[in-house]
Amino acid sequence: MFNFIPSIESRSQPSAYMNILVPIIAVLLTLITGSIIFYLMGFDPIFALYTFFISPISNSYGVSELLLKASPLALIAIGLAFCFKNNIYNIGAEGQLTMGAIFGGGIGIYFHDVNGFWLLPLMIIGGAIGGAFWGMIPALLKIKFNTNEILTSLMLVYIALLILDYLVVGPWKDPNGYSFPKTRSFNESGRMPLLFQGLRIHLGLIITLVLIFISWFVFSKTMFGFQLKVSGFSPIAARYAGFNQNMIIYSAFAICGACAGIAGLGEVSGPIGLLYRDISPNYGFTAIIVAFLGRLHPLGIIFSALIIALTYLGAEDAQLFMQIPAAVGFVFQGLVLFYLLGAELLVNYKIVFKH
Amino acid sequence: MNIELIIGIINIVLIATTPLVFAAIGELVTEKTGVLNLGVEGMMLVGAVTAFVTLVITGSYFLSFLMSILSGLLMSGLFAFLVLILMSNQVATGLALTIFGIGLSSMIGKEYIGTPINGLNPYFFIVLSFLIVFGVSYFFYKTKAGLIFRAVGESHSSAHALGYNVIKIRLLGILFGGAMCALAGSYMSICYAPMWQENMTAGRGWIALALVVFATWKPNRILIGAYIFGGVSIMQMNLQAFGFSIPGQFFNMAPYLVTMIVLVTISSNKLRIKLSAPASLTKPFFKGS
Repeated sequence: MFNFIPSIESRSQPSAYMNILVPIIAVLLTLITGSIIFYLMGFDPIFALYTFFISPISNSYGVSELLLKASPLALIAIGLAFCFKNNIYNIGAEGQLTMGAIFGGGIGIYFHDVNGFWLLPLMIIGGAIGGAFWGMIPALLKIKFNTNEILTSLMLVYIALLILDYLVVGPWKDPNGYSFPKTRSFNESGRMPLLFQGLRIHLGLIITLVLIFISWFVFSKTMFGFQLKVSGFSPIAARYAGFNQNMIIYSAFAICGACAGIAGLGEVSGPIGLLYRDISPNYGFTAIIVAFLGRLHPLGIIFSALIIALTYLGAEDAQLFMQIPAAVGFVFQGLVLFYLLGAELLVNYKIVFKH
Repeated sequence: MNIELIIGIINIVLIATTPLVFAAIGELVTEKTGVLNLGVEGMMLVGAVTAFVTLVITGSYFLSFLMSILSGLLMSGLFAFLVLILMSNQVATGLALTIFGIGLSSMIGKEYIGTPINGLNPYFFIVLSFLIVFGVSYFFYKTKAGLIFRAVGESHSSAHALGYNVIKIRLLGILFGGAMCALAGSYMSICYAPMWQENMTAGRGWIALALVVFATWKPNRILIGAYIFGGVSIMQMNLQAFGFSIPGQFFNMAPYLVTMIVLVTISSNKLRIKLSAPASLTKPFFKGS
C-alpha cells in the first residue's frame, strides 16, 4: 500500500539542480496565481496575462523601457548580493539610492552652467560615495554598537527621503521653477548619453553590465569573494581562518551602498535630468526580491531583474487598459517572493512518498 | 503652561501611541515563541484597508474590526505556513509579507482614497491596549501555558523533547501577532486618521519592531518605550507650533532618528541583548522523521 501523505526528509547536501529549478517554479506558480486573480476580477486570464507580460515589450520602445527599469534593479540587486551572501540584511537600499542621487545630483546642480566631459564621471563618483556613505552608517552601528542592521538601514530610508524632500522644496529648488518641487536641470554634459536615438535607454545599462561582470569576478575569482562565502556559510569557520569580519561587513555595506547610489544617480541623470521628490518607484525594496529570485548569482540577477521589471511595465499597462490599480505589480512581486521562499524547501529537503 | 494644555498633550500622546502598543505587543508575543515576523507594516496596512472598506460598505464598526482582525489572521497564517511548514527564511518571508501587504492594500484601497467616514472614539481602544499588555505579561509570567510559550522560544528542541507541540505554539504566537497588527491598522484608519491613504502607517510597523528590542522582550516595557516614543514625536509637533523655525522635514525625521538612537543605546549592551532575546529567535524547527 502507498501512503499518500508525503513526508519531508533532509538532503545530505543542497541540490544544485533544484537551486536552478526553484526560481522557475516560483515564476510559473506566480503566473498561475495571477491568472486566477484576473479571472476572479472578471477578466479573460489569457488576455490579462498578454496585457501584463507580452504587450508591454512587443516593440522596441517597450524593450528599451524594460531595460531602463531592469538596469537599476539589477545594479542594486548585485550590490545586495554582497550583503546577503554574508547574511547581512541590508534592506535600506532605497535610502542609499536616494543619497546617491542627492550627492551625484548635487554636483550636477552645482555645475549646472559648466560644460565638461568630466562632469558625468564626477557625478557618478559622487553618487557612489553618497550611497556608500549612507550604507556605512548601519555597518558602523552594527560593528560598534551591536545594533541590528535591518531596522537601522530601514530607518535611514525614511530619513534620506525626507532630506531629499527638504532639498527639492528648500535650498535646491529651481529658482525659475515656479513652486514645483524640483531642482534646476543638469547641464547636458551631466546627463547619461542615450544609447539609441529615440529610445530612453541610456549609458546606465552599460555601467550596470560592467559592474555585474566585475562582481562575478570578485565572487568567483578573488580571496574577498571566498571570504564572503565562507563567513556567510559559517561565521565560526571564518573566525578560525582569521578573516577580518568587521572589514567584510564594512566592505559589503559600502559596495552595496555604492551600487545603489550609482543606480540612483542613473535615475536622475538619465531621462529626467534633475532632482525631484519621487525619484524611485521602490527600486531599493524591489531589488531585494530581484536578488533572492536571482539566487544572488550575477547571471540569475540579470534574468530576475528583467522579469521583475516586466511587472512594473505590465502593471502600468494593466492600469491603462484594464483599469486595475498599478499596485497589482507589487502584489505580483510579493507573490513571486513567497513562492520562491516556499519552494526553497526543495533545495535542502526532499519530499518522499513512503511505502 | 496651564493644566488644560498638559491634559491636551497627554490626550494627543495617548491617541497617537496606541497603534504602536498594539503592533509591538503582538510582535513581542510572536518573537517570544522564537519567530521574527518583519511583516508588521504589511499586516497593519492590510488591516487598515480591510477595516476601512468594510466600514464604508456595511457601515458597521463591529464588522469592520472583525474583518480586519480576520485579515490579520490570514496574512500571518500565510507567513506561518511558509516559515513553520516550509521552513523558509524568516527575515526574507517577513519582508515579502510587507511588500505584498503594501501592494495589496493600495490595490484594494485605490477607490476609497478620500472617502469620508465617521471616526470612532479612540478611548475604548486606548484602555484595551493597556489591558492587552498587562494580560500578555500575566500570561507569560504567571501561567503554565505562558511558561511553555517562552520555553518554545528559548529552546525549541527541549520543548519538543518534553512533548510540547512547537509548531502549534509558534502558530498561535504568529496568529496573535497578526491579529494585533491588524487591530493597530484598523485603529489607524477608523479612529486615528480617520481615512484611508496609501502607506498611511508610514513606518510605524518598523518602529513597533524596534520597540520590542527596546523593551528587551518584556511586555510591560513596551508601554514605557511606546510612550517615551509617542511623547517625543508629539513634542516635535508642539515645538513647531511654538514657532521654532526648523523645516518640517526635520521634524518629521524625529521618530526615525529617535528609533535609531534608542536601538543603538539598548543594543550596545551586548550581554543584555543576548540574555533577554529569545534564544531560538529566527531559527527554524525541523522535527525530522
